[in-house]
Amino acid sequence: MLELTSINSFYGKAHVLSNLDLSVERSEIVSLLGRNGAGKSTTMKSIMQIVVPKTGKVTFLGKDITGMSSHRVAKMGLGYVPEDRRIFTDLTVLENLEVGRQPSREGTVTWTFDMLFDMFPNLAERRQNRGKELSGGEQQMLTIARTLMGNPSLILLDEPSEGISPLLVETMAKVILQLKSEGLTVLISEQNLHFAQLVADKAIIIESGTGKYTGSFDDLNAKPEIRDAYLTV
Amino acid sequence: MGLFIAQLLTGLANAGALFMVASGLSLIFGVTRIVNFAHGSFYMLGAFIGYSLLQVLPGMVGFWVAMLLAAIAVGVIGVIVELLVLRPIYRAPELFQLVATFGVILVIQDLALMIWGAEDMLGPRAPGLKGIVRIMGEPVPTYDIALIVITPFVALALWYLITKTRVGILVRAATQDREMVSALGVNQSWLFTGVFFLGAALAGLGGAIQLPKGGADLLMDFNILASIFVVVVIGGMGSLPGAYLAAVLISVLNVFGVTYIPQSTLVLMFVVMAVVLMIKPYGLFGREEVAGEHGQVGEVERPFKPAGLNARLIVAAFLLVLALVPLYGSAFSMVLITDIVIFCLFAASLHFLLGIGGLVSFGHAAFFGGGAYVAALIVTYSDTPMEFALMLAPIGAAMAAVIIGWLCIRLTGVYFAMLTMAFAQLLWSLVYQWGEFTGGDDGLLNIWPSDWLNDTTVYYFLTLIIGVGGILLLRHAAHSPFGYGLRAARDSARQAEAMGIHTKRVQWVAFTFAGAMAGVAGGLFVFSKGSIFPSELEIARSFDALIVVFLGGVKTLSGGVVGGAVLETIKDFLTRFEYWRMTLGLLIIGVVILAPDGIVGSLRKASERLGITKRPEGEV
Repeated sequence: MLELTSINSFYGKAHVLSNLDLSVERSEIVSLLGRNGAGKSTTMKSIMQIVVPKTGKVTFLGKDITGMSSHRVAKMGLGYVPEDRRIFTDLTVLENLEVGRQPSREGTVTWTFDMLFDMFPNLAERRQNRGKELSGGEQQMLTIARTLMGNPSLILLDEPSEGISPLLVETMAKVILQLKSEGLTVLISEQNLHFAQLVADKAIIIESGTGKYTGSFDDLNAKPEIRDAYLTV
Repeated sequence: MGLFIAQLLTGLANAGALFMVASGLSLIFGVTRIVNFAHGSFYMLGAFIGYSLLQVLPGMVGFWVAMLLAAIAVGVIGVIVELLVLRPIYRAPELFQLVATFGVILVIQDLALMIWGAEDMLGPRAPGLKGIVRIMGEPVPTYDIALIVITPFVALALWYLITKTRVGILVRAATQDREMVSALGVNQSWLFTGVFFLGAALAGLGGAIQLPKGGADLLMDFNILASIFVVVVIGGMGSLPGAYLAAVLISVLNVFGVTYIPQSTLVLMFVVMAVVLMIKPYGLFGREEVAGEHGQVGEVERPFKPAGLNARLIVAAFLLVLALVPLYGSAFSMVLITDIVIFCLFAASLHFLLGIGGLVSFGHAAFFGGGAYVAALIVTYSDTPMEFALMLAPIGAAMAAVIIGWLCIRLTGVYFAMLTMAFAQLLWSLVYQWGEFTGGDDGLLNIWPSDWLNDTTVYYFLTLIIGVGGILLLRHAAHSPFGYGLRAARDSARQAEAMGIHTKRVQWVAFTFAGAMAGVAGGLFVFSKGSIFPSELEIARSFDALIVVFLGGVKTLSGGVVGGAVLETIKDFLTRFEYWRMTLGLLIIGVVILAPDGIVGSLRKASERLGITKRPEGEV
């Protein structure tokens, strides 16, 4: 469904991704693992074309999207949840959701305000509050809900468990599994192996912007040397 | 009491057009982050187009239809400007686009001159609203009452659009984080174009609707520019209620000012703005501006290197050519080069502040003109020798810069720019209105150098030595530890603070230093011309320097000087033609689009691409 072929991305002069290959199949939850600075967020941004890869190809639903503008990528059904939340702090919860709203799309769920408020009951109570009045966890939930308003078929979650309380991490895991049960495909980036294992079907490990491992968690657990080399600090 | 009410009503009526124009500017800035200098031109076009439409559309219905059509027409012109001029340069670093909008001002000025001629046009009165009503015995024009009623409706409609509709929500979201809006599937290009249409149409409506109270003339664009910037800044960039409140405040104060303290009219609004910004640094309803939060930081700054041997040789050879001009050049060419060197020093001082300090000042003419006036006043009122007066020019400018800098440096970004402009304007209006001391509009005459310098060739050398010396001093300062500290404060204020640099103090010193160097240029200027007029303190003068620095290249050390030399030379050549403004405007727009790194920056990149010079280690 999503395919990255030998992607090279740069931040100014820093070479962040080098010859990265990655693929995500429909209805899969894939976890992108790696240490801080390994290039996880840049991978996400390169998929969204916020960072346009210098060489290589990104295909989504069989179409080459390399170099396309972000808004067209989003319109094709790719949802992006950035790591630093980036909610619109001056807008209310409802207005934040409105920004994300897109027409319904064939083959995916069409989300409504009510469905999202069922999924995130905390937000329902705060629908008239401004973004800046929400707690960190609520803001994280709002970014996911806002992206879902675009009725994506594939959603990119950049470090969803970062900086939220352990209790919320559990809620987050439930949300991701619920998305899967609704038929969504998910690519999540994580540093937390435990959390990734809880939700994902497949693990991809990157280091210095290059893929180092692709396979199942069972297989990964059987090879502690890989885990030690690329994940543990 | 009756007079008081009548004046209040006049003020409220005047606020109408001001609010419409200012809210358009505020909207455009909020979403696109472009400080649209051409907004005054949109206002002027609204007046001219409205005037022409009123010649063909009769009666009461015709009048209001003309108002609306003028607004739409200007909105369309705004869209054309956005598509042709601004869209290619959205990725340029913040504030760079204002240079392009300055080019647009020049083009529109000449277009208006071609189409409507140079004569002022008196606006026709509105059919059906020609009379007056008496309120407590005082006459108030009926049209004023109409404006007072209409303006809140326009404000309300705008408020509804911005707060209640999907488009409004998207606009507000884009004001905060347009990259994220785009990642959520919204095409921000069209959002930008739409906002430009609306903003320009509001300016056009403002221009058309004030016709019965004023008229249409070619000076309207610059005349309203200062007021609308003041309104937007007092209200808070991007805030509609703020713009309305500020427009009312300024207009009402102005009406009372004219009646009770007529000398104050030009100064008043800048005093109000300065006071507001000192108490609320982001305006009444504005929010803090964080540099770079809108994903528009531009390219990474390159470190400045001392010039290599080749560069030094070229500069030395060039200076030699300049030094020998008296041998082969005409007196005229010496006068011209004197002008250019003075302007280059002025531009270099602003470049120091802007490029090295990262402090964008819209009011640098305060120190150029200030220095010139200090020297001129001293010569006029005491028998001070010219040599001493010339030395006092930078000291006077530095003293002004110490005070203005202290007040402005607490602000950042656009607010800093606006406050510096306000103080420059304050100084200008002081000089302009304090006629018995400064000569007012008539200026100060007969400010000639001492006898031994009173010769074109000798003065040419004096200018060359002091001018080039000043430029080298500025360059040297950039390479000194002080310059390092200044650049650290520009690139990351927090980290610089953590390393023990008192960033605000460093910036304050830099502001004063740049002011003093502008004062040197001002001193040289006044003795080369023999006279000084308030126009040397005007906004247009500040803009001249600003444009030159951007065109030369902010991120290169020689940008200010090269830009100054190139632009002054071109200007001298072009002003011989009738429509030189349009040519210059198109030229500026062309450079901005084709060479977004400025003249020096783009030449350097080109030479690196061609392999003539090496690019620094590790760059891609």
